[in-house]
Amino acid sequence: MAYSDKVIDHYQHPRNVGSFGTSKDVATRKDVGVGIVGAPECGDVMQLQIKVNEQGVIEDAKFKCFGCGSAIASSSLATEWIKGKSIDEALSIKNTQIVEELSLPPVKIHCSVLAEDSIRSAIADYKKKNGIAAGTDAAAATH
Amino acid sequence: MAVKLPIYMDNAATTRTDPRVVEAMLPYFTEKFGNAASRNHKFGWEGEDAVDLAREQAAALIGASPKEIVWTSGSTESNNLAIKGAARMYAKGPEGSKNRGHIIAAAHEHKAVLDPCKRLQNEGFDVTFLQPPADGVITRAMVAEAMRDDTILVSIMWANNEIGTINEVPEIGALCHERGAIFHTDATQWVGKMPTNVDKDNIDLMSWSGHKMYGPKGVGALYVRRRNPRVRLEAIQDGGGHERGMRSGTLNVTGIVGFGKACELAMHEMDTERERLLGLRRKLERDLSSRLEVVQVNGHAERRLPHILNISFGYVEGESLLMGIKDIACSSGSACTSASLEPSYVLKSLGVGDELAHSSLRLSLGRWSTEEEVDYAVEGIVKAVNHLRTMSPLWDLYKEGIDVSKIEWQTH
Ligand SMILES: Cc1ncc(COP(=O)(O)O)c(C=O)c1O
Repeated sequence: MAYSDKVIDHYQHPRNVGSFGTSKDVATRKDVGVGIVGAPECGDVMQLQIKVNEQGVIEDAKFKCFGCGSAIASSSLATEWIKGKSIDEALSIKNTQIVEELSLPPVKIHCSVLAEDSIRSAIADYKKKNGIAAGTDAAAATH
Repeated sequence: MAVKLPIYMDNAATTRTDPRVVEAMLPYFTEKFGNAASRNHKFGWEGEDAVDLAREQAAALIGASPKEIVWTSGSTESNNLAIKGAARMYAKGPEGSKNRGHIIAAAHEHKAVLDPCKRLQNEGFDVTFLQPPADGVITRAMVAEAMRDDTILVSIMWANNEIGTINEVPEIGALCHERGAIFHTDATQWVGKMPTNVDKDNIDLMSWSGHKMYGPKGVGALYVRRRNPRVRLEAIQDGGGHERGMRSGTLNVTGIVGFGKACELAMHEMDTERERLLGLRRKLERDLSSRLEVVQVNGHAERRLPHILNISFGYVEGESLLMGIKDIACSSGSACTSASLEPSYVLKSLGVGDELAHSSLRLSLGRWSTEEEVDYAVEGIVKAVNHLRTMSPLWDLYKEGIDVSKIEWQTH
């Protein structure tokens, strides 16, 4: 399988690898939203953690990924794109934009879908922790 | 000594043709190009002589008589001819009927055995696919338990192509002879590497391929026993009646010459080569296992071919691992169907979990593998695995003491 240069670059130099604490720590932190999508037996697990400030802006994002090079690149790119965005802006990111940016071949489209899902899942976790109903304005949240 | 990149560690997929083999083949392209079946002129006689010599070389390697060798295009064809040819010849009922006979094979055979067996299921034969145990070794006892009065054919590979485990072939052959069943073995990964004697090893039909033992691609052989018992086959390919009617078609003289030469070289060099490769593989295995945590060697610890190592690295994914070791040519997951993202059916049949199956590498050494290459491969793999583990959420969970297999994952 030939990878695009951008995929190789993210694989070799992944951006924002890490987490804001152990799984137990982040489970109780209200300023952190955690999204874990995929399953080991399918060969892909993506974990995205977002740190959201009081204005509802994603101050920082960290990822971990178990998956192929395209999956790693998709989640690495997702962290770059959502940092500094409001959670509503982040929700507007579409997997097709990731496909385009990384020149993913058809067999790897599911990686971009997972990345989009991980963003949605992390934001949903953040909203849930802060008692915000899905679809309402996050800036109203109080920590 | 500097290592030349990329390193080739995929000798179970195919081997480099030995330059001595190529040299033996060359005259048969442009000078001695005759059809081995042409009886009226020197060109034909040269071709026939060359094929006869190769038949002797192939027979000598396996302790057979030259008359018992049938040339084919490779193991896939040999397996098809052996399995379909014997089943149809010894069928207990005519075409179109049911209960035409029982066949035993193993679930982790190569597709070139599984798929002919599946076709026979549609033709009224009953096939038992033996489930291998966790160590991958099919024993005489397992076959004995599956044997029935109507068992006509048993096909058990000698050594597995993905994990290198060695089945109890001589013992299974003896059982088949006691019970009056024909015994076929797919010996593609075995012959030329390990000592073989079709009489002592109780074999009736045996397949092997030139390109797995430093010969050319597209040429193979099927050993067909002529005495005690005399095995007969129904041909698959009809035509000019070559190979005593078992396989029609103008012989691939050039390829056969190369196949014969490869057999001759293997016979002379097998013993020293085996020891050398075993030493290298042990080093590869030892170094990887000592430098990395959560490593699993797949298949039986000892009963394995000297040159194949199948190893899984917990919590890293196979394709990304291959990406990290671009200059080490090897296989991941299912060796022959790497185009699909399915984890290897061979590893799954051994009960290896999907995650570990996804993270497996098959490293297979060969005639030109060196210690420097092994060292280079170890460095590369250790570096890639560590890089991927710093990124792996599963590795973190493991380090936190959480059992990843107990988590309920959100799948699509
Ligand atoms: C055990 C086994 N059987 C059969 C084959 C098929 O051999 P060929 O592709 O030469 O027909 C292979 C090679 O992939 C093999 O490893």
